[in-house]
Amino acid sequence: MITVLTLLPLIGAIIVAYVRRERAARALGLTVSLVVLAIALSMLARFNAGSPQLQFVERHVWAPSIGAEYFVGLDGLSLLLVILTCLVIPFAMLAAWKFERPSNAYVALMLGLESGLIGTFTALNFVHWFLFWELSLVPAYFLIKLWGGPARSQAANQFFIYTLVGSVTLLLSFLVLYWVTRTFDLIQLADLGRSGELVARLRPQPWWPTLPAETLAALVFAGALFGFAVKVPLFPFHTWLPATYSEAPSAVSMVLTGVLSKMGVYGFLRILMPIFPEQMRAALTPLLWLSVATIVFSAFAAFAQRDLKRMLGYSSINHLGYCMLGIFAAAKYTGTDPSWTLQKAAALNGVLLQVFNHGITASALFCFVGVLEHRSAGLKYIDSFGGLRQAAPVFCGLMGIATFASLGLPGLNGFVGEFLIFKGAFPLAPWAAALALLGLFATAVFLISMMQRVFHGPVTERWAAFPDLRRSEWMIVAPAIGLMFALGIWPNLLLRLTNTTVANFAAQLAN
Amino acid sequence: MLDWTIYISFAGMLLMVFIPKRNLSVVRGLALLITLAGLAIALNAFLHFDPAAGVVPIRKVAWIPTLGANFFIAVDGISITLVLLTGIAAVAGVLFSWNIEHRAKEYFAFYLALIGGVYGVFLSFDVFLLFVFYELPIIPQYFLIAIWGSTRKEYGAMKLAIYSFVGSAMVLIGLIAAYVIAGGKTFDLFQLAQFPFSERFQYWAFPLVFVGFGILAGLWPFHTWAPTGHVAAPTAASMLLAGVVMKLGAYGALRVAMTLFPLGLQAWRHEIAVLATIGVVYGGLVALVQRDFKFVIGYSSVSHMGFVLLGLMTLTTIGLSGAVLQMFSHGVLAGLLFGVVGRMVYDRTHTRDLSQLEAMNLGQALPFAALIFVLAGLASMGMPGFSGFVAEFQVLIGAWRMYPTLAVICGAGIIIAVAYTLRAIHRSFFSNEPPAANVHALPPITIPERVGSIMLIACSLIVGLYPRLLLDIINPSWDSTLMSRLLIR
Amino acid sequence: MNYRDLFILTVPEVILTAGALIILALDLSLRRTRTNRGRMMTGAILTTLTCLAAGLWIIGANVSGSFYDGMLVLNSLTTLVKPMLLLMTIFTALISVDTHFTDHVGEFFALLLLGTIGMLLLVSTENVLMIFISLELLSLSLYILTAFNKQNFQSAEGALKYFLIGGMSAAFMLFGLSLLYGLTGEIELRKIAAKITYDPLLLVALIMVLAGFGFKVAAVPFHLWAPDTYQGAPVASAAFIASGSKLASFFILAKVMMLGFKGSGWLPAVAILAALSILVGNVAAIAQSSVRRLLAYSAVAQAGYMLTGLIAGNQQGFGSLIYYAATYALTALGAFAVVAIVQERAGGERFSAFAGLSKRAPGLSFCMLIFLLSLAGIPPLAGFFGKFYLFSAAMGAGVLWLVIFAIAMSAVSLYYYLQVLKQIYVVETEGARLTACGLGCSIAGVLAVLVIVLGCAPDLLVKPLLRAIQTAGI
Repeated sequence: MITVLTLLPLIGAIIVAYVRRERAARALGLTVSLVVLAIALSMLARFNAGSPQLQFVERHVWAPSIGAEYFVGLDGLSLLLVILTCLVIPFAMLAAWKFERPSNAYVALMLGLESGLIGTFTALNFVHWFLFWELSLVPAYFLIKLWGGPARSQAANQFFIYTLVGSVTLLLSFLVLYWVTRTFDLIQLADLGRSGELVARLRPQPWWPTLPAETLAALVFAGALFGFAVKVPLFPFHTWLPATYSEAPSAVSMVLTGVLSKMGVYGFLRILMPIFPEQMRAALTPLLWLSVATIVFSAFAAFAQRDLKRMLGYSSINHLGYCMLGIFAAAKYTGTDPSWTLQKAAALNGVLLQVFNHGITASALFCFVGVLEHRSAGLKYIDSFGGLRQAAPVFCGLMGIATFASLGLPGLNGFVGEFLIFKGAFPLAPWAAALALLGLFATAVFLISMMQRVFHGPVTERWAAFPDLRRSEWMIVAPAIGLMFALGIWPNLLLRLTNTTVANFAAQLAN
Repeated sequence: MLDWTIYISFAGMLLMVFIPKRNLSVVRGLALLITLAGLAIALNAFLHFDPAAGVVPIRKVAWIPTLGANFFIAVDGISITLVLLTGIAAVAGVLFSWNIEHRAKEYFAFYLALIGGVYGVFLSFDVFLLFVFYELPIIPQYFLIAIWGSTRKEYGAMKLAIYSFVGSAMVLIGLIAAYVIAGGKTFDLFQLAQFPFSERFQYWAFPLVFVGFGILAGLWPFHTWAPTGHVAAPTAASMLLAGVVMKLGAYGALRVAMTLFPLGLQAWRHEIAVLATIGVVYGGLVALVQRDFKFVIGYSSVSHMGFVLLGLMTLTTIGLSGAVLQMFSHGVLAGLLFGVVGRMVYDRTHTRDLSQLEAMNLGQALPFAALIFVLAGLASMGMPGFSGFVAEFQVLIGAWRMYPTLAVICGAGIIIAVAYTLRAIHRSFFSNEPPAANVHALPPITIPERVGSIMLIACSLIVGLYPRLLLDIINPSWDSTLMSRLLIR
Repeated sequence: MNYRDLFILTVPEVILTAGALIILALDLSLRRTRTNRGRMMTGAILTTLTCLAAGLWIIGANVSGSFYDGMLVLNSLTTLVKPMLLLMTIFTALISVDTHFTDHVGEFFALLLLGTIGMLLLVSTENVLMIFISLELLSLSLYILTAFNKQNFQSAEGALKYFLIGGMSAAFMLFGLSLLYGLTGEIELRKIAAKITYDPLLLVALIMVLAGFGFKVAAVPFHLWAPDTYQGAPVASAAFIASGSKLASFFILAKVMMLGFKGSGWLPAVAILAALSILVGNVAAIAQSSVRRLLAYSAVAQAGYMLTGLIAGNQQGFGSLIYYAATYALTALGAFAVVAIVQERAGGERFSAFAGLSKRAPGLSFCMLIFLLSLAGIPPLAGFFGKFYLFSAAMGAGVLWLVIFAIAMSAVSLYYYLQVLKQIYVVETEGARLTACGLGCSIAGVLAVLVIVLGCAPDLLVKPLLRAIQTAGI
């Protein structure tokens, strides 16, 4: 089932690449992505949320001499991200159709990207996972490079190389692990990590007499950490993001912010935390500092931006920083006391919710910015606009909803995730959570000021004739807006999915 | 049956002489037929090869009894992988040379002689025979480059010939010494491998023979012939040169130097591993600043061969298999890259200067070439899903045990590879300039080019996605009595 | 021993003498009536027949034994080598047919045959007196053969140099040989070896004798005649000097060293000679722009390689030396055959005359390719195998440094051979096809085939050689 889900977009991509007529290509691409969404939803329906076991598992022998196995499976975390992917991609494709006139290559690359993402989120063998991790970079690179803004080549190169450097260190770290454990199975590695066996196996071998096991483990951890930290991104490795989000075409940015950024968080949850719990605990304080820095710094930086897309980029970094805060707080060592476990579960639930919600919200915001760009023939500066509320009330209304959701207004989806994260983080890491509040404050400031600049204020000549969203256009964002409300009012929709997995995680962390 | 690949190549060369010069299609057809036949034989043998059988003798005929040299053809997992590579590269080369009209007959005659020699090296298990086949390709190669090449062709051809010959001379000295010390009775690889050469002897014989082969394999710092030679050579010759001939050196180093002189190997492996790593990084860094497209690919070949040599020095099954896999992978990819650069781009635009290409924005005019180059570039930089990833991955795992620092440095080398590949892709096909006016007048990509490139990229993809195809054949070869002496447990 | 027995033993030489006289006489009568080419053809045919007859007798009679104090030593080795020498003469004669360089046709072939007699006697003796006499017979014939082209001053210059240096080295040789006699009181090689004791004069004798032989084989520093002679002499004469005389001289040099100076430390001297020859020959050849001069310097270098094989001092070494000398002689003959045709029809033997030859005469170019690659030592040609064999033998004797040097220098040699091949194959010209060259081309073709066959299946020659050497007791 998962194989079908992963390969269908890829096959679609290859077929679309040969369709010459643009409308047909776009229609085909959209159809494929909707079919994929349907399959994902059917899997959701059949998913047994109460069971902590992996479901839809497929295991095949692939290349045993290098430890590679075709091993895929879904648990709550993976399923959540797969659903997110399957939602965001059609959303982005529709947005692109309306506002960007994509060619068949564009659509094909989008579909390829979807395939890579689904593959990343379902793989449970490192080699398999790494294959998709790397592969998802390629369509993204080309999407940015070929259809992006004026500085697109530089942005694309920066994106690719930065991420790749992280991948290489990740790879090297895992090579070391493979050498001592002879396995790339993530589940097995997690077991080894938890029981402390991993560090034991890293003991000095006759050919490495100089390095004690702890140091080597720390180095390996650092390598893997770097790989994911670049992807999230975590301060100070975030410098590639604003330029990339700004230069990419809006629909691509939707996917970048909606899903690609979650790859890093997923990596932390699936790979780093289970395999290196000790090392994470040991490095907890600096990591907490970094997450706080991410939250606060990016929020203030967003405030200083004039370019809307860059602002949203920094806002993404900010929101993901909350996820990191939640994760690091949950990693803290607290013994087997069940009340702590509850806090950790809360934090982790918050992280997962935030991941999903931010995906929806941020992609919606980029969609709106895309509308602005399209209608204004390429303008994206906050100062360029003003008083749009009068000219396009529907547009402003919907964008306002998305902005407030991003801000974390109770009743909309953004609130629940952030709330849970703070709820869990405060007891576990009080000072970090306190400092992070600054970020919340700054976020509120910049988002509201953005709204004020763009929507309110006197109507300029220029924008008096700004066309409002037509029916076909606001139909595109309607599902997203709907979800924002639904998940805000009834978060249990997601929570029931994630709870078991999170409880499992938290229990494992408790050892 | 496999030795027929050698015979038909040389027979083809002779037949070529009798075809009238006017009849281009017959010439091309014959060349394609012979290379396809070779590939078919190789493929057939590959599919029927039983990996557990170790080294399978095919033919042993007494040749020069006074010396003890026999015409001894045999095959094991390593050989058959490389024979398969030769078959694939040979066919691709003919396809990419389809447009040669000037003295086409002689071109394909030299081409087939070259291929015959290469097949011979991979199939010989008698050291004298191996050496004869090893020296043979030097002359056809010289002519291929000197007559049909481009930039500084005569200089490049001569440089390559002399370097190769010097390398073979070094090997010859070591070989004669080994032969004489072992009693001067036999050249049989198995028997020579059993002979207990003294440690002192191995201490100087090993580096001599290894470096002799290493010159052709692009061992740093003896690699300087490679960029000049590649740039000077016509497309198919550079495809073969980078794709197959460089592997002759690596194979010789493995099969002869490392097998005959294991004690010498132990003594020198660290130094060679360091040189290999330097080659990886140096090749990448120099490729990063080149202006000539072909130079980029040429230096990237040096970099990739560095991985092969490092893999050989790891002396673990996984590293050694990685080295052989990298030989296959790079053979296919280098052929593809040179095919794109030489045939698709240079033959049409008559320039390889990246700044000039940047102004042309070829991505619009030659979309197929752009796609193939992107795929080949991704494969070459070690993107998972292609053969290069699996190979480099295995080499790094193997290297980690003995040389962790070097493994990390090679990891950095991968990043450099990404950088220069991206640079090349950007400047050659996807620059931001508006396309030049004359660009749409470029002739379209012909069918032979398409077939050739698809064949090569498909090989890389198949092996990348399902490496067991080759690994299941290569891995058991290290268990044979001949090769197991190499491994460090 | 009576004259009848002597006659029977020397029938081959007698046949050759008769042949020489007949040719002289016949040519005198044909002088007016035939064209130059017709006379050359007649002479060549007669030479061929004579040599064939002599050769057949040698193989058929298969006499064995040592006569007259080692003045005439016939055994299976001479039965093998003498027909080879006769074959070389046949080829030389056939090569000369298409060249036009003299009016004295009869004299030419007669001298050719007389020189051949000198060679035959040279290889069938182990007596120092006889060695000297046959060497002189050969040399004198060669001096005159070199000077044959009266139109070309280079021919005279070469001959004069050859003669002067030759005369001087003959004197050296004689002096050395007489020293040997003085030291030991014997003139037969094996008996000399038995009686030799260490004496400073022995070293002097060795040097002197080596000087004499070194001149003959064009080893450094006695090679100064070679470039001018190879370039100036008529092509056929140069071919003869490069082939048969080399083979015979090496044969006797080896015998003298191995039998006469046995165990007297001749090794270092020969090693130095070899090293110098390899060095000077290869380095000087790089700068040449005349193919014949290039072949001359290449001959010097090849002499060096052959001396390397000699150093082994055992049967392997001797066998490898004779194999290499024989195949080298064939290769040189072939190369000169090609040069002859190019010189006659393409106006000269500078590199420029060879430009684009592959288009103008593809078969001939291919033969030249074979010859030059064989000289360079590319497998699977005879030159490669010969070098391999020489170097293995030498390595067995422990002169590692010399072998390394020789192999390294042969890499250098590839460079200048490729330069010629580059002219032939790579350079493009608009020249017309060379007119049919019948005999010359066929000879080149036959020689090319021989070189390839002897390279791919060297045991054809090596096995009989080794066996013959064994029975000859060397």
